[in-house]
Amino acid sequence: MAMNKPVKPSGGPGARMRFEKPKNAKVTLVRLLAYIAKSKWLLAAVAVLVAISSFSEVAGTYLLKPIVNLLADCVKTGDIAGGLKQLSRTLIMLAVIYVCGAIAQYVYARMMLSISQNTLNRIRRDLFEHLEDLPIGYFDTHTHGELMSRFTSDVDTIREVISQGMVQTASSVITVVSTFVMMLVISWQLTLIIIGMLFVMFFVIKFIGGRSSKLFRAQQKNMGIMNGYAEEYIEGQKVIKLFCREERTKSNYAALTDEYRIAATDANTYASILMPIMGNISYINYAATSIVGAILIINGAKNMSIGSLASFLQYTRQFSRPITQVSQQFNNILAALAGAERIFEIIDEAPETDDGYVTLVNAVQEPDGTLRETKDYTGIWAWKHPHSADGSITYTRLRGDVRFENVVFSYDGKKDVLNGISLYAKPGQKLAFVGSTGAGKTTITNLINRFYDVSSGKITYDGINVKKIKKDDLRDSLAMVLQDTHLFTGTVEENIKYGKLDATHEQVERAAKLANAHSFISRLPQGYDTVLTGDGANLSQGQRQLISIARAAVANPPVLILDEATSSIDTRTERLIEKGMDKLMEGRTVFVIAHRLSTVRNSDAIIVLENGEIIERGNHDELIERGGKYYSLYTGQFELS
Amino acid sequence: MIKKLLPYAKKYKIYALLCPIAIIFEVAIEVRIPFLMAVIVDEGIANMSIETVVQTGIKMILMALLSLFCGAIAARLAAVAGLGFGCEIRQAMFGKIQDFSFANTDKFSTASLVTRLTTDTNMVQMAFTQAVRICVRAPFMLVMAIFYAIRINLKLSLVFLTVTPILGVMLFTIGYMAHPRFRRLFEKYDRFNASIQENLIGIRVVKAFVRAKHEKEKFRISNDELRDASVYAEKLVIVNGPLMSVAVYACIICILWFGGNLVTAGAMQTGELISFISYVNQILMSLMMVSMIFVMTVMVKASASRIIEVLDEEPDISDANADESLTVSDGSIEYKDVCFKYNKSAEKNVLEKINLSIRSGETIGVIGGTGSAKTTLVQLIPRLYDVTEGEVTVGGADVRSYTLKTLRDSVSMVLQNNVLFSGTIEENLRWGNENATDEQLVQACKIAQADGFIRSFPDGYKTELGQGGVNVSGGQKQRLCIARAIIKAPKILILDDSTSAVDTATDAKIREGFAGLLPDTTKIIIAQRISSVEHADRIIVLDDGRINAIGTHEQLLETNEIYKEVYNSQLEGSVA
Repeated sequence: MAMNKPVKPSGGPGARMRFEKPKNAKVTLVRLLAYIAKSKWLLAAVAVLVAISSFSEVAGTYLLKPIVNLLADCVKTGDIAGGLKQLSRTLIMLAVIYVCGAIAQYVYARMMLSISQNTLNRIRRDLFEHLEDLPIGYFDTHTHGELMSRFTSDVDTIREVISQGMVQTASSVITVVSTFVMMLVISWQLTLIIIGMLFVMFFVIKFIGGRSSKLFRAQQKNMGIMNGYAEEYIEGQKVIKLFCREERTKSNYAALTDEYRIAATDANTYASILMPIMGNISYINYAATSIVGAILIINGAKNMSIGSLASFLQYTRQFSRPITQVSQQFNNILAALAGAERIFEIIDEAPETDDGYVTLVNAVQEPDGTLRETKDYTGIWAWKHPHSADGSITYTRLRGDVRFENVVFSYDGKKDVLNGISLYAKPGQKLAFVGSTGAGKTTITNLINRFYDVSSGKITYDGINVKKIKKDDLRDSLAMVLQDTHLFTGTVEENIKYGKLDATHEQVERAAKLANAHSFISRLPQGYDTVLTGDGANLSQGQRQLISIARAAVANPPVLILDEATSSIDTRTERLIEKGMDKLMEGRTVFVIAHRLSTVRNSDAIIVLENGEIIERGNHDELIERGGKYYSLYTGQFELS
Repeated sequence: MIKKLLPYAKKYKIYALLCPIAIIFEVAIEVRIPFLMAVIVDEGIANMSIETVVQTGIKMILMALLSLFCGAIAARLAAVAGLGFGCEIRQAMFGKIQDFSFANTDKFSTASLVTRLTTDTNMVQMAFTQAVRICVRAPFMLVMAIFYAIRINLKLSLVFLTVTPILGVMLFTIGYMAHPRFRRLFEKYDRFNASIQENLIGIRVVKAFVRAKHEKEKFRISNDELRDASVYAEKLVIVNGPLMSVAVYACIICILWFGGNLVTAGAMQTGELISFISYVNQILMSLMMVSMIFVMTVMVKASASRIIEVLDEEPDISDANADESLTVSDGSIEYKDVCFKYNKSAEKNVLEKINLSIRSGETIGVIGGTGSAKTTLVQLIPRLYDVTEGEVTVGGADVRSYTLKTLRDSVSMVLQNNVLFSGTIEENLRWGNENATDEQLVQACKIAQADGFIRSFPDGYKTELGQGGVNVSGGQKQRLCIARAIIKAPKILILDDSTSAVDTATDAKIREGFAGLLPDTTKIIIAQRISSVEHADRIIVLDDGRINAIGTHEQLLETNEIYKEVYNSQLEGSVA
C-alpha cells in the first residue's frame, strides 16, 4: 500500500508533470545517490524493509488460495470443525505476515523521512555554502531568480523523488516482479492474459505519455507568455492608470488566459485520463481472467481451483497500480535528475580562489618605530608579510595607500573595460571618478577589493600587490557603500553591526551619529531595535542609505569606497550628512563615484574616465579651467546616463 | 472560503456538474464488476456452465469499457471545468488589480500581486480540478461498495461498518493534527526562501564585509530548523500508509474468518466471499482519498485566502460621485485646506493644510528635500490618491466630481519611476492618444527632445523596446515618457523628477519647448536641480509636508533659507 503523501506547498499531480531530461542522467544519478547513501546502513535497512512489506502483501494474497480451497473442500466434505480449525491456523499465519508487513512499512517510512530530510538538508547546505564562495562574476551572469529556483523548484523535485518516488518505485518493481512470479506459480495460462494486458498498458502509456508531454510543453509556453504579460503590466500598472488603459489591458490579458486555458485543458485531460484507462484495463483483464479461469476449472485443468482463481484475481488488481505509479514516477525522476544536475553545476563552479598570504594583524608600535604583532585590539593594524625566500616576516603599517599601475581589465577576455589605468591615492586622500555609464568607474573600485582581478598591470595597497593579500583581510580593510543599499531582515542595530559583528551598542550609536542616522533611528517606533523587513522596505531610500553609511562607519576601515552612495539623497540632505561624511572620510583614503558632480567637487583629485581610459585628471578648479570634458559635463553640455 | 471562490466556476458550471455524473456512472459500473465475478464462480463454475461464465464475463468486459469511457469523459470534463475556473479567477483578479488605486497596489506590493496571480491561482486551479473528481468519486465509491457488500451479505458487511468509521476518525485526526504543523512548516519555508533571496541580492555586501562565514552559519541554523520542522510535520502523515494497510489487512482477516464460518455453515458462497474481498480495497481506498482531500484543502487554503484578499479588496478610488457630463474646462488647480496621509492609522499627516492656487497655463516648479512630500502633493491632481481632508479642484470643480477617464485624459503625469512596455516606440507613444497622426507624434517627440535619437535608431519609430524599455538609456527613456505624456494634449502636465537623467542643456530645450509650444497647458515640474525650475513662473518650496514658501527664483533667493541652501549646494552646477 504505497500511499501518496502530500507534502509540498505547491502543486498536485498532473499539472506538476515536468518533461525535462537531464543531460547526463547516469553521472547525476550516481552523484545524487552518493548524497543519499551518506546514511548507508539506514538505506540498506530501508531496502530490506521495503522488500518485506511488498512481499508480505504478495504472500498474503497467495494465501487466499489455500483458504478458499479449504472452504470449498469443507463445503464438499462437511468437516466443518476440522476446516475451521485449519482456517484459524492459516489466518494466524496470514495475520503474522500482515503485521510484519505493516510494521516494516511504518519503520521504513520513518527512516526514509530522516534520510530524505537529511539529504535535502545537505544538498541545500552544500549549494548555499558553495554559492557564498563563488566569485562576484558568477552573480553578474546569473539572475537571483535563476539561483533562487535552484533552492525552490529544483530542490523540490529532488525532495519528491527521494521522499516518495524512490521507495515507491522500488516497492512497485518488487511487487510487480514477485506478483508476476506468483502468478506463474499459480497458473501459466492465466499469466498469458496478464502478459497481453502488459503490452496494451505499455502502448497506452507510451501513446498518452507522448501526447501529453507534447501538450504540456505547449501549456508551459502559453503559461510563460500569460504570466510574463501579467508581470509586466502589474509592474507598470500606475502608468496604465494614468493613461486610462485598464480596459484594453484587461481584454489583452483575458485573451492570453483563454489561450492558456485551451492548451492546458488538453494537456490536463491527457494527464488525468491515464488513471481511469489503466484502472479499467485492469478490470477488463479481471473479467478475462474470470472467464478463462472459470472455463479452466470447469474443464478440470489440473492446476486450477477456485482458490487459485481467487488469489489470481486479487493479483490482477494489485498488478496495475504499481505499473501506473512507475510510469508516473518516471517523469518525476527525470525532472529530479535534471534539477540535481543544475544544482551540481553550481557546486562544480570554481569558487573564488585566494592565494594571498599577506594578512592583517593588530600591532603595537615599539619605541624604536618597528611594529610588533599582538592579539589584542590596539587600533593599529599592520600587514604581516611572510617572505618565502628567506623565511622572514615584515610588518607594514596599514595606511591606505592605493596605486594602480597600467591596469588593464576585461570581464569577458575580449573587450577591455579598463585600458591602461594608472593612478595613486595617498593615505587620507579623496579621489573621485566621473564618467558615463560603462566608462569603468565601478570596475576600478571592484578591482581594489578584488571582486575581479586585473588582466594585466598591478594594484598595490601600502606597497603590497593586492594579489598577495588574503582576500578576506583585504576586504576587511575596505568598506563600501553602494548605490543599491542592501539591508537584511533584522533590527536596525543588527544591520549596522554587519560592518563589525562584535560592535558594542555605543559603537553602533556613534557610527549612526556620524552618518547622521541617529536622529531618525531614535524616532522609529522601537529605535535601534526596529525590525527592518523586505530589504528595509519600511524606510525611505535616503534613510536606508544612511544606515548603510553607518554600517561602513562602524567597520572603521582605512579605505572607503562610495559607489553612488548619495545619489538617492537630495542635495540638501546630502549637505546635512556631508558633515558626517566628512568626519567619516577624515584620515581615510576615499574613492568616490558619483553621478552628481556637486558631490565630487571637493575631492583631492577628480578622474574623468571614458571608454576605460583616463582622459582628464586634476582637482575641480584645474579641470574647470582646462575647459575639457569635465567642464562640459559640469556645465551640462553632456548627458550622464 | 469555498463560497467566495465557487461563483467563478459558474461559466463552466455545466462541466463541473456533468463531470460528477460521468464519475457516478464510472463508479457504479466499476463497483458492480466484482459482484458479477461472484456470479461466475457461484453459478458458472458451480453449475459447470460455460455459457453463464462467458456471458457474464462478456458483460464484465463491456462494463469495464463503459466505465473506461465514462472515466475518460470525466477526466476531460474535470479539466475543462478546472482550467475554466482558473481562467475566470485569473481574469477576475487581473481585472480587480487594474481597478486598484495606487493605495490598493501599495498595500499589496507588485511582487506579491504577481505571485497571487500565478503560483496561488495555479494551486487553487489544480485543487479544484482534482476536487471535482475526487469529491464525488470517493464518497460515492464508498457508499456503493458498502451497498454491494450489504447486498452480498449483511452480517459480513458489519466488518466494514466497524472498520470504516474507526479508520475514518483516525485519518481525520491525523489530518487535523498535521494541519497546524504544515502551516508552520510552510511559513518557515517562506521565510527561509526570503532570507536566501536577500542574501543573493546583497551578495556584494556580504563579500565586501567578508561575512560569508557569518551567512553560512545563519543558513545552517535555519536549514536545520527547516529540516526539523519538515520531520515534525511529516512524521504524522507517514502514519497514514501503514494505518491503511493495517485496516485493509484487518478487514481481510476478519472477512476470511467470519466469511469462512458463513461459507462452511452454507450461509454464503465462495464466489461471494472472493468478491467481498475485492470491496475491501475499493472501500478503504476511497476513505484514503477523502483524507487526501482534507490535506489538500489545508495546503490550498493559504493560496485561496491570498486570492480572496485581492478579490475582496475594494478599489478606494472610483467614479462613485462622478458627474459623467462634466468636462475639464481649463488647467487651473486649487488646493483648499488639503491634508493627506497614506495610512489612515498614521499619526502624522504627510501633507498638512495645503492652500494653493495655480492659474491655467502657469508653469510651477516644486522643490524640497527627500521626504518633503513633493510627489504626494502632485499625485492628488490626477487622483492617484484621494485627499484625507479638504479638496483639490481642477478647472474649478472638485477632482472627485469628474470621471477618472475625463480627469486623467486632461491631466498628464510623468512618474518618477516611469515604465515603457514591450512593443515598438510608436506603440508606446500612442498610449497617449491612439488616433494621433504621425505629425502629432513627431511634434511631441520634438518637444521632448526625443525625435533626434529615435531617428538615429535603424528602425526609427518602429524600434522594438524590450520589457521596461531596457534597450534605451535612462535619459532617453525619460524623454520618451515625456513625449508619451504630451501626445495626450493635456490641460495639465506634471513632471515628477522626470528629467533627472537628462543633461541640463537638453533639459533646458525641453522647457523652452513647453513654454513655446504648450502655452495653455499648466505645467508642474518637480526637480532636484535648481536649473530645472528657476525659470518657472512660481516655485513652491516644500518642507516636511508644508509649503515653506512660494515665489519666483529671485524672490526665493532673497527670502527663503531652504531655497538658498539648495541653490548654494548646486551653485556652480548652474553656470549654464
